[in-house]
Amino acid sequence: MIESCNCIEPQLPADELLMKYQYISDFFIALAYFSIPLELIYFVKKSALFPYRWVLVQFGAFIVLCGATHLINLWTFTMHTRTVEIVMTIAKVCTAVVSCATALTLVHIIPDLLSVKTRELFLKNKAAELDREMGLIRTQEETGRHVRMLTHEIRSTLDRHTILKTTLVELGRTLELEECALWMPTRTGLELQLSYTLRQQNPVEYTVPIQLPVINQVFNTNRAVKISPNCAVARLRPTAGKYMPGEVVAVRVPLLHLSNFQINDWPELSTKRYALMVLMLPSDSARQWHVHELELVEVVADQVAVALSHAAILEESMRARDLLMEQNVALDLARREAETAIRARNDFLAVMNHEMRTPMDAIIALASLLLETELTPEQRLMVETILKSSNLLATLINDVLDLSRLEDGSLQLELETFNLHAVFREVLNLIKPIASVKKLLVTVNLAPDVPEYAIGDEKHLMQTILNVVGNAVKFSKEGSITITAFMVKSESLRDSRTPDFSPVPSDNHFYLRVQVKDFGAGISPQDIPKIFTKFAQTQSTKNSGGSGLGLAICKRFVNLMEGNIWIESDGLGKGCTAIFLVKLGIPERLSESKLPFMPMVAANHGQANFHGLKVLVLDENGISRMVMKGLLVHLGCEVTTVSSGEECLRVVSQEHKVVLMDVCVPGKDGYEIALRIREKFTKLREKPLIVALIGNTDKVIKENCMRVGMDGVILKPVSLDKLRSVLSDLLEHRVLFEAV
Amino acid sequence: MEVGQMQRRLVDYTKSLFMEGFLDSQFLQLQQLQDENNPDFVVEVVSLFFEDSEKLLNELTRALDQTNVEFKKVDAHVHQLKGSSSSIGAQRVKNACIAFRNFCEEQNTEACMRCLQQVKQEYYLVKNKLETMFRLEQQIVAAGGSIPIIEMSS
Repeated sequence: MIESCNCIEPQLPADELLMKYQYISDFFIALAYFSIPLELIYFVKKSALFPYRWVLVQFGAFIVLCGATHLINLWTFTMHTRTVEIVMTIAKVCTAVVSCATALTLVHIIPDLLSVKTRELFLKNKAAELDREMGLIRTQEETGRHVRMLTHEIRSTLDRHTILKTTLVELGRTLELEECALWMPTRTGLELQLSYTLRQQNPVEYTVPIQLPVINQVFNTNRAVKISPNCAVARLRPTAGKYMPGEVVAVRVPLLHLSNFQINDWPELSTKRYALMVLMLPSDSARQWHVHELELVEVVADQVAVALSHAAILEESMRARDLLMEQNVALDLARREAETAIRARNDFLAVMNHEMRTPMDAIIALASLLLETELTPEQRLMVETILKSSNLLATLINDVLDLSRLEDGSLQLELETFNLHAVFREVLNLIKPIASVKKLLVTVNLAPDVPEYAIGDEKHLMQTILNVVGNAVKFSKEGSITITAFMVKSESLRDSRTPDFSPVPSDNHFYLRVQVKDFGAGISPQDIPKIFTKFAQTQSTKNSGGSGLGLAICKRFVNLMEGNIWIESDGLGKGCTAIFLVKLGIPERLSESKLPFMPMVAANHGQANFHGLKVLVLDENGISRMVMKGLLVHLGCEVTTVSSGEECLRVVSQEHKVVLMDVCVPGKDGYEIALRIREKFTKLREKPLIVALIGNTDKVIKENCMRVGMDGVILKPVSLDKLRSVLSDLLEHRVLFEAV
Repeated sequence: MEVGQMQRRLVDYTKSLFMEGFLDSQFLQLQQLQDENNPDFVVEVVSLFFEDSEKLLNELTRALDQTNVEFKKVDAHVHQLKGSSSSIGAQRVKNACIAFRNFCEEQNTEACMRCLQQVKQEYYLVKNKLETMFRLEQQIVAAGGSIPIIEMSS
């Protein structure tokens, strides 16, 4: 009975061997299939990142079921029950379901997984790039640090040698160089000379010509240039060893001069001198020059240039200072020598002054005395000539001495109180004889506000006035010479003709302006500036005698007196006017202790002094009479006027204290009248004082006046002050020497 | 024109006369003599001078016209004129007279005639100037002002 069992028989009778193999394979497949999920679970548990757990579970289930299927398959090789078959079927169905589900899910997942992969790659690349950049920054920072340190080292000294040595040392250390050398241009600029090296202590001083192509190449750019280790500048050490020499780099170092720095101009580097710095890497390493190292070298080269220029400036200024010190010493010496020379000259002058003047004085004195004796006309002429010449010589000596003393400023003004009016009178006296010989009339006009006394150097003032007036006389052949003097107010002190003279008025000083006008030869406009130059003579003055010193001396005196002098002329033949201003002091009180005693001094400003004084005036000229009367009345006198000698004799009485008579009437003898008046009064106290009014100070007239016993003479024109002083003198002293 | 302006004009005019040498310090003396006792002193003296000078100049012209010139007489006249002009401060007239006298001494008729011309010229000039000055003064006085005192400064 073969009852039908529920067993399922395989359809095909299986081969024994084939079946055996299938059996084994299924077994292993099942094993693998079961282990894979275990591994998955294990690794997923390990990693925290896996985002697809759900998928993993699916996958796990799929694999487990696959495994189960294959496992169950093992039982189907032999006769197996229907249960097994059913289990097998269920397993396969489940497996199919799960695997389809998984396949569907994978469709979503695999692109994601792929993109994860690409992102990962991208990030890895980025990381590598950042790493690179970090490396670069770090190197740059390193370089910067090196440069700062190097610069600091280099700039910490101003000594050229130290700078260069330090540069090489630091570069060598930083870049780990085998050799480092500096070639400096020679004086001629045609060669480069090896000046400094790093390793060699005493470098052999050898040179290369500057025009080598490699050198030009380096000099033409401001970058560090790789050069061949075999070129002339790089062959510094004997090639030791069989290895390749390290790479060599050369860079130019500009040598800046002071003169390179113009104000608006940056230093031109075209015509400049360069030094050459050569750097060699160690020869047994395979090192190459990196870009950052080259940059470092370039920066250092620039810094060295700056440091060298500073050093050069320092050297320059030290040299300049030394030079100045030397010059100072030399100048000091020269000054002392000059002082000695001046002292010697002054001593010489002082001695010569005395020595020259003594015989001069003797000659002049004796010649004058000789003139007083009996001489034949020829002899007289000769003696007069001698006298004139000696006077000239004496003047010349004085002038030269004065000028030399004025020049070196050793002349001091002797300030004292003196009678200003008297100075002018004196000048007039001195010049009148000469002027009258030439028939020139000299008049002095003193403005009424010119003070009688002033503080200043009387002698030199008189000398100046005399000189100027003397010139006027010398260069006039005819006409008159007018001397005007007045006080100058401050507003009018600024004269447009003399812009460089700006006097400063002050309280106890005044400026006296003196003008001397003549109608003589005149001066042409181009000669005017030369006038005050010493020894310069114009055409017209050459023949008139004189050494040309006079006005130069005047100018210096006037300048000493804080004044100014100038000449105006309308041209040749039109006369000229010499004008000068001097600063004089105002004496505080008239009773200054230094008042010299002069007979006609005591300026008496008392108005009512002459009250009631009876005066008789004799003058033919009606106007003169009137003016005289006016003056005397103003002074408070009682005046009687007469116009003729007879009338005078008739009218004069003992009441009249003073008789003023004009004696210059031609054809009339005033002296006669005077004599007759004197005869009329026998008693001394009754006699009036007789004063002659004269027109010019002729010697003869004065003699006559004295002869007839006049008590004094007054020169016309008479001013109020003159009259006043005359009267007071007369009444005080009962005599008057002369009121000029 | 108001008084201040007139006064200034007078001062300037007077100063110019001094600067140009028509008048010298003697004239100032005359002005100083003028006070309340003697208010017209200057005018009086100057008028007298004008009269006197006219006469003298006529005399001189006549004297020099003669065939035989009497230089002594001419000299005497010129001397007078010189004295007068000097007394009132007519500087240029005075200077001209001085030159005239020199030529008189030399008895140089030609030169004397020239000098006379010069003297006349100077005289008329100064007369003109003084008259102008007096007119200005009168105007000022008429307008109620006072005659300004001239300081002899530059």
